[in-house]
Amino acid sequence: MSYLSAANMTGGYGKADILHDCTLTVEKGEIAVIVGPNGAGKSTAMKAVFGMLNLREGRVTLDGSDITALSPQDRVKKGMGFVPQVNNVFPTMSVEENLEMGAFIRNDDFKVTMEQVFTLFPILKDKRRQNAGELSGGQRQQVAVGRALMTQPKLLMLDEPTAGVSPIVMDELFDRIIEVARTGISILMVEQNARQALEIADKGYVLVQGENKYTDTGKALLADPDVRRTFLGG
Amino acid sequence: MEFLNALVAITNYVIIPATAYGAQLALGALGVTLVYSILRFSNFAHGDTMAFGTGVVILITWGFQAMGISFGPLPTALLALPFGIVVTSALMLGTDKVVYQYYRKVKAAPVVMVMVSVGVMFIMNALTRFLIGVDQINFADGARFVINARQWREMTGMSEPLTLRSTQVITVVTAILVVWALFWFLGRTRTGKSMRAFSDNEDLALLSGIDPNRVVAVTWIITGALATIAGTLYGLDKSFKAFTYFQLLLPIFASAIVGGIGNPVGAIAGGFVISFSEVGLTYAWKKVVTYLIPNWEPDGLVQLLSTDYKYAVSFTILILVLIFKPTGLFKGKIV
Amino acid sequence: MSTSRQADSAAGGRLRAPLFFALMAALIVLEGMTSGWNSALGILNMGLLSAIMALGVNMQWGYAGLFNAGAMGFVALGGLAPVLISMPPTQGAFKAGGFGILAAFAVAAIAVLGAVWLYRNLRGKLRGLAVTGVLIVGFFAYRWLFDPAVEVIEAINPSAAGNLGGLGLPTLVSWPVGALLAACAAWLVGKIALGLRSDYLAIATLGIAEIVVAVLKNEQWLDRGVLNVNGIPRPWPVPYEIDLQNSHAFVAKMQAWGIDPTLGSTITVKLAFLLLFVIVIFALIWLTEMSLRSPWGRMMRAIRDNEVSAAAMGKNVTRRHLQIFVLGSAVIGLAGAMMISLDGQMTPSSYNPLRYTFIVLVMVIVGGSGSNWGSILGGVLIWYVWVKAGDWGPDIMALLASPFPAGPFKEHMIDSAAHMRMLVMGIILLGVLRFSPRGLLPEK
Ligand SMILES: Nc1ncnc2c1ncn2[C@@H]1O[C@H](COP(=O)(O)OP(=O)(O)O)[C@@H](O)[C@H]1O
Ligand SMILES: [Mg+2]
Repeated sequence: MSYLSAANMTGGYGKADILHDCTLTVEKGEIAVIVGPNGAGKSTAMKAVFGMLNLREGRVTLDGSDITALSPQDRVKKGMGFVPQVNNVFPTMSVEENLEMGAFIRNDDFKVTMEQVFTLFPILKDKRRQNAGELSGGQRQQVAVGRALMTQPKLLMLDEPTAGVSPIVMDELFDRIIEVARTGISILMVEQNARQALEIADKGYVLVQGENKYTDTGKALLADPDVRRTFLGG
Repeated sequence: MEFLNALVAITNYVIIPATAYGAQLALGALGVTLVYSILRFSNFAHGDTMAFGTGVVILITWGFQAMGISFGPLPTALLALPFGIVVTSALMLGTDKVVYQYYRKVKAAPVVMVMVSVGVMFIMNALTRFLIGVDQINFADGARFVINARQWREMTGMSEPLTLRSTQVITVVTAILVVWALFWFLGRTRTGKSMRAFSDNEDLALLSGIDPNRVVAVTWIITGALATIAGTLYGLDKSFKAFTYFQLLLPIFASAIVGGIGNPVGAIAGGFVISFSEVGLTYAWKKVVTYLIPNWEPDGLVQLLSTDYKYAVSFTILILVLIFKPTGLFKGKIV
Repeated sequence: MSTSRQADSAAGGRLRAPLFFALMAALIVLEGMTSGWNSALGILNMGLLSAIMALGVNMQWGYAGLFNAGAMGFVALGGLAPVLISMPPTQGAFKAGGFGILAAFAVAAIAVLGAVWLYRNLRGKLRGLAVTGVLIVGFFAYRWLFDPAVEVIEAINPSAAGNLGGLGLPTLVSWPVGALLAACAAWLVGKIALGLRSDYLAIATLGIAEIVVAVLKNEQWLDRGVLNVNGIPRPWPVPYEIDLQNSHAFVAKMQAWGIDPTLGSTITVKLAFLLLFVIVIFALIWLTEMSLRSPWGRMMRAIRDNEVSAAAMGKNVTRRHLQIFVLGSAVIGLAGAMMISLDGQMTPSSYNPLRYTFIVLVMVIVGGSGSNWGSILGGVLIWYVWVKAGDWGPDIMALLASPFPAGPFKEHMIDSAAHMRMLVMGIILLGVLRFSPRGLLPEK
């Protein structure tokens, strides 16, 4: 059984289904990447895994236990962390407060974790007293990832963490994400920059209209001529 | 000398009353802005909540007076205030359980919430009437003045009088303490920060494991406290009349919007902008003008606006802000 | 959404509306038989006026989701029309001060327009200075013209007049003028507050209502302020009681029917008003139903049901909102004018926001948001409850208080019974919003 298994998810926001029998799995310490065209339902799939969507069918298990019926908050307590695609910081709160809110469910001392986040993203330490809303796009994404790391999750879910940042910052962010994965945290990530993401991915999913179109290792997907032609631009 | 006299007159008739009134408005606007930023609707019941809270304080004050308990030179109402806060906050929590909670669950549109708050307003209005009636009530006791006109004359020898009423000093001191406590709470405590987080980004707050029910409950408790304090201070400074408190809704909303609704600092600034404009525009400047421009006696009162139109001042400022800067002086939440 | 609506109205059945209207009629008849027909018709007439106000508010809230927290202001403004249109002019008032006042208004208008023009055409620091300067100079020029004019007008026969008086035109003419006055005010407020967050309109209307009433209370030259204007002429064809009583034909007819002529005359007057009101209501319902079925009405509802997608389809939401807000306010103003001609007097201090703003909202919600017939039903029904809660309150409270010993507490309880109606209104509003949000006669 995979560490995270979200099997046969079917559902949507209202009457119409967005996801059709969509399946995603992530192994311990592995990076899994979801790619696909705009509006394919990638964000929707992430929300479904995190319990922010009512599934009509399907089952989500984490480390062997069924979490399908749990609320997002309870999933956080089970060791999942989520960085949404948009609105992923508290804009009028300082960087430090953002991280503090990330650790809201923890009753122990989270100073050490905060230091770890500052080591991972040194710029945040300099800007700790500044409001997150006043930071640049890349810095804001770092705050968002840092906030999710504050609960010391075992599975980190990132929805387009590099959206709207410059290529240099993007490389930097990818490096950090690999670094996080090396500490044993499993990662499930949606990415627009498919080629680059699949290069670092242990496993890749190509999602089209809410369905699994291709599923393979990152390398194999990069090599697949069909995938290359339709999704990677040749 | 003439210049000093003018200064004393301005202080006596404009600065002191407007500061006290501004502090009262600021506390009222803080309540409105807090509900707005957490629950995301304009609470039309706030004026009547202030009236209810003050009504409870008055009843308890009378009880203390009957028992012979007093607070020395300070008004007995200050002793009754904590009890009034407890009752009002409890009522707020009850109202939330019985009324508002459901609409949050079904994710009702803000404008529906405003309509619901009108229903609550009726109930609050009725409760206040049952409790204490509709008449004007003066409940200030204790020392009336910190400085009265005679003391001032003996102190300075100036002919132009200056008085400082104790209720004005109490208003300002209490308001400073309350605002300090509120900002300390919001900025330093875990619960306070979680409220700001909830106000900033509700979904992310939920993802972070912040309990919305707790945030909402604390918000209502604070709102009840702010409403009771604001109402009691206003009543001590002027007098209590339920309908007047309903009418205060306009300057209070204006204060909150002028400052930037959802922004606590803005609410305070807005309160003073409104109060100084209102008092300044409805004050008869004749005396000051006579002091400042020698050998000229204006024939009118040099009053820009009759006091009957004081609400027009709040309204005009509100309109100007809506036209030129809908997010308010300090950036408020989305328009 | 649409399918569930149809299902509901089918389930409610065709009989729902006739049944509720029959119930309403039965209540009025019961009132007539127990308390007399004067009282019953009085309630019905006021109820119908409230129903017209509710129609206007329903256009705003029900069709477009706009929250008008200032119906009182539009009612009051409409009420000014009969004073200005159908009262006789005060002798010499216009000559003495009328031109001064008109000149003052002209100066004010020029100053405001000039300020707007400067604001649009200047840039930088100069703009602020110029605009402020023009406004300040304009204000003092206005007061310089206005104050003496008011003084002379208010000095003319102050015990009976002291105001400009009206144009002496038929009262019926004043009704559309009342609608027009309200529409103008609504346009101003809507222009500014619409398109912003939805509750800003509520707050802005709350403000304009307070100010309209303050003006009516304080501007003696206009409507005698708190001194009230009495003897506003009745609209054609409503007769005066005294004329009927002096008419031999009428007295003979009443006696033939076995009715006391005095009673007969008061009831005839009320019936005549009733007839006029019913005609107006039918005309309004016909117009509103027609417009709702037109493309314009469909667009209106599309916007209400999904503002975002309507805007995405290129509809100018704010402009539509402004239209409906102005139209709705015009209907409220019309009701205000009609009410003043029913009362025959203008008493500015009787305008109370609970009565003229918030109760009307209750009427709309209870009747069913978006439903015109619902507003009529809600208007009459809630007015009936409001009147009756005032009557029954003391009785109920006396019953509740009976177990307590006589003393201050019991007295307090019985005294506070008069406030019962507030509680009743609050409970009705919250109850309907919660358990039957579509009201008694849901929109089809
Ligand atoms: N909150 C929502 N409510 C209703 N439909 C939504 C919502 N969010 C997204 N959708 C719809 O779901 C589909 C998939 O969207 P999304 O998951 O955001 O795609 P992606 O992230 O792959 O670009 C789109 O058709 C979009 O319009
Ligand atoms: Mg997406």
